[in-house]
Amino acid sequence: MNINITLIGQMIAFGIFVWFCMNQVWPPIMQALEERKKKIADGLAAAQAGEQAQEEAQAQAEQFVTEAKAQASEIINTAQKRANQMVEDAKGKAKEEADRIVEGAHAEMAQELEKAKDELRKQVAALAVEGASAVLGREVDEKAHADVLGSLAAKL
Amino acid sequence: MAGSSGQTSQEYIQHHLTNSALGYHPDHGFGFAANIAHDTGLPTSQVIGEMGFWAIHIDSMFWAVALGVLMIWGLKKAATQATAGVPSGWLNFVEMVVEFVDNNVKETFHGKSNLIGPLALTIFVWIVLMNSLDLVPVDLAGWLLSFVGIHYQKIVPTTDPNITFGISISVFFLILYYSVKIKGAGGFMKELTFTPFNTVWLVPFNFVLEVVGLIAKPLSLALRLYGNLFAGELVFILIALLPWYVQWTASVPWAIFHILVVPLQAFVFMMLTIVYLSSAHEHH
Repeated sequence: MNINITLIGQMIAFGIFVWFCMNQVWPPIMQALEERKKKIADGLAAAQAGEQAQEEAQAQAEQFVTEAKAQASEIINTAQKRANQMVEDAKGKAKEEADRIVEGAHAEMAQELEKAKDELRKQVAALAVEGASAVLGREVDEKAHADVLGSLAAKL
Repeated sequence: MAGSSGQTSQEYIQHHLTNSALGYHPDHGFGFAANIAHDTGLPTSQVIGEMGFWAIHIDSMFWAVALGVLMIWGLKKAATQATAGVPSGWLNFVEMVVEFVDNNVKETFHGKSNLIGPLALTIFVWIVLMNSLDLVPVDLAGWLLSFVGIHYQKIVPTTDPNITFGISISVFFLILYYSVKIKGAGGFMKELTFTPFNTVWLVPFNFVLEVVGLIAKPLSLALRLYGNLFAGELVFILIALLPWYVQWTASVPWAIFHILVVPLQAFVFMMLTIVYLSSAHEHH
């Protein structure tokens, strides 16, 4: 166990290695480690933020869907109501039209009837005149008794 | 092998525990200890001892610096690649080690220091590398180097107390530096003289106690590492004295055990360094 100048040599070598390590090795590696730590932490934070944003977006989307559904059902209701009203209106109109047509037909029929009655009266008057003339044996002057016949026909 | 070159077991062990030293011998001049020992017939370890302080263990120094450079190269390579993106391969491994060291520093040391992290990293990685040479078969390096004329080679630097003390004394200076810097010279002296017994009457007692405690820090750091690795290496050398066909029954379990010891000792050295430096940073 000889202690000699090797000791000093070793101390110098040790000093140089520590100095080198302190200047060239430790700082860049520690810096890289710190940076990576920060990068990972940032990444995790970003992932969490993304997750939250996604949740928010989902909630919003759900809200939109609910609103849209409500709106759609409202629109359908309105449309149905309107359709019902239109049908009602149409029914009313059709009934009116039908009534009118029926009334018109009635009026026409009454007119026709009156006309037919008039015709018949005239024919009856003519027949009556003919019958009377036959009974009387002579020609009843139609013109002379026109007012009589007319009043007779009106009585029929 | 013990018998192959006519060595006795003791010579074999002695040979494996002797560094390759270069220095100035007072009687035989400047040169390699092995050459002087060969010329004079003295044991090499004795020649190194006689060279005194101005001798250098070429092998310890070479392997320590070579592994240190390897470490710096590897770490620098990772540092150049370092990005905040996905780390791959080598960078990933280095980051794992750096984070491990950084976590240990943060758990123990609560001040702010640019030095302590890189210091702990250097200590841990370098000692792991130096210790791991322990797992190289004891005769391999010596046998290979004998072909180029080098006959003494102790490749595990941490089995050389110069290497372990070199680190621990540097740490000791840092402890002193930070103690004075953070607490001030007066504060540091007060800590040495008024703890653990806060009374004027026990100042000398406190001082002796605290100084012993302070000196024990680098001593225990260096001797723990040296003792563990030296003993481990010695056991490997003893195992190598066994007949070759039974060596594996002892060397394999011991090597597996040493895979645990290698990082453990490096971790202990690093952890204690952090603890000592954090106590140097603390006010009382």
